[in-house]
Amino acid sequence: MSQVRVLVGTKKGAFILTSDGTRSRWKVDGPHFGGWEIYHVKGSPADPSRLYASQSTSWFGQMIQRSDDGGKSWAPVGNTFTYDGIAGTHQWYDGTPHPWEFKRVWHLEPSRTDPDTVYAGAEDAALFKTSDGGKSWSELSGLRKHGSGPRWQPGAGGMCLHTILLDPVDEKRIFIAISAAGCFRSDDGGGSWKPINRGLRSEFMPDPTAEVGHCVHRIALHPSRPQVLFMQKHWDVMRSDDAGDSWREVSGNLPSDFGFPIDVHAHEPETVYVVPILSDSQHFPPDGRLRVYRTRTGGGEWEALTKGLPQRNCFVNVLRDAMAVDSLDSCGVYFGTTGGQVYCSADSGDTWKAIVRDLPPVYSVEVQTLP
Amino acid sequence: MIQVILPAHLKNLARVSGPVSLEVKGVATVRSVLDAVEGAYPVLLGTLRDQSTKKRRAFVRFFADGRDFSLEADDFPLPEAVASGREPFLVIGAIAGG
Repeated sequence: MSQVRVLVGTKKGAFILTSDGTRSRWKVDGPHFGGWEIYHVKGSPADPSRLYASQSTSWFGQMIQRSDDGGKSWAPVGNTFTYDGIAGTHQWYDGTPHPWEFKRVWHLEPSRTDPDTVYAGAEDAALFKTSDGGKSWSELSGLRKHGSGPRWQPGAGGMCLHTILLDPVDEKRIFIAISAAGCFRSDDGGGSWKPINRGLRSEFMPDPTAEVGHCVHRIALHPSRPQVLFMQKHWDVMRSDDAGDSWREVSGNLPSDFGFPIDVHAHEPETVYVVPILSDSQHFPPDGRLRVYRTRTGGGEWEALTKGLPQRNCFVNVLRDAMAVDSLDSCGVYFGTTGGQVYCSADSGDTWKAIVRDLPPVYSVEVQTLP
Repeated sequence: MIQVILPAHLKNLARVSGPVSLEVKGVATVRSVLDAVEGAYPVLLGTLRDQSTKKRRAFVRFFADGRDFSLEADDFPLPEAVASGREPFLVIGAIAGG
């Protein structure tokens, strides 16, 4: 019978949740790296036993951990993230130039075909790559050195490169997203980049439709149709049908179009999930009701999914990397909250159960579907 | 041999349980002690000081023989009691909540 392994990064360590394909009974393992912030844990699609974790604290900096046995044991690998050449400056919160400084790795994206190749999204925003299993990292500096780099500016959470999507069809195509610069695409394996933000509108910017400066929170795609992208922006849920060249809003009837995560059903490319949050200044669900919203039409029309989720006095948030789907026949959907709950739906979102309720604040959730 | 006491998180990374004894070449200074720590435990590279600038990480402090050496120059000689191993060199994670 198939199994699922849920990889959870939290403010105080990593946890590994495992179950068989019924997803009804769970084993909770952790904390790994207790006391450290774990921004992200992700497994290699090419070798599911190979996991990578981003481990950091403000005290002792950045570590990258690697497991070759599905998380039973871990070993630190390279933690040298050096910007290529003269780092230069981006804009600080007050609009003054500020030197690029490495702070942490937000997101790790293993290659679809090679377990030793991984992309790392960093704060201050940059994209790094390893081809030796994490021993050494080099910057794909064509992104940061894109002409708009000096105009990039951090959001309140820092100037982070938080999303990396590797096109499953065109291996040279990579999408990334930065808060608060926007989305960029490379069509040559990460050498050169172009901003793909046409159609986005952000009222907090002097020019709301500028080429860069948008606070994109997360983007997602379905592997069968990688030219179609979905985006949860600071405000607005967006869709692109041309690999990001243009975007249109699909917020429709959502109670709020502010939020962080967005993900796509494993088998239905038009079925998308978001978790509406009240506003940019109040990061909790509207009306104290935790609701996942699902569209089956690629946006525009959304339905609330509430069965099993708290519908009163709930004031948690769901962060941008804290939602994932498995690929079992009945698609499982997972998300973690800043209140330490990790919820699972084994029926595409119709009903939910908490796998655990009292973890530290959840930063990230990833799922591996195992034979 | 100089005795170095690491904070709990770094002991875990280095896979040691107590003080570590290190041979320090030349005069015992903050820099030479940290060089010795990183030489013996490369996994700690970047956890105490920046790997390229060698600047102390903001929330890391160095205490020895009842004094705070965090703000001294890297090449400031450590007391004889530390150099001889009678008193340990302490690496401290700054107190903070959360």
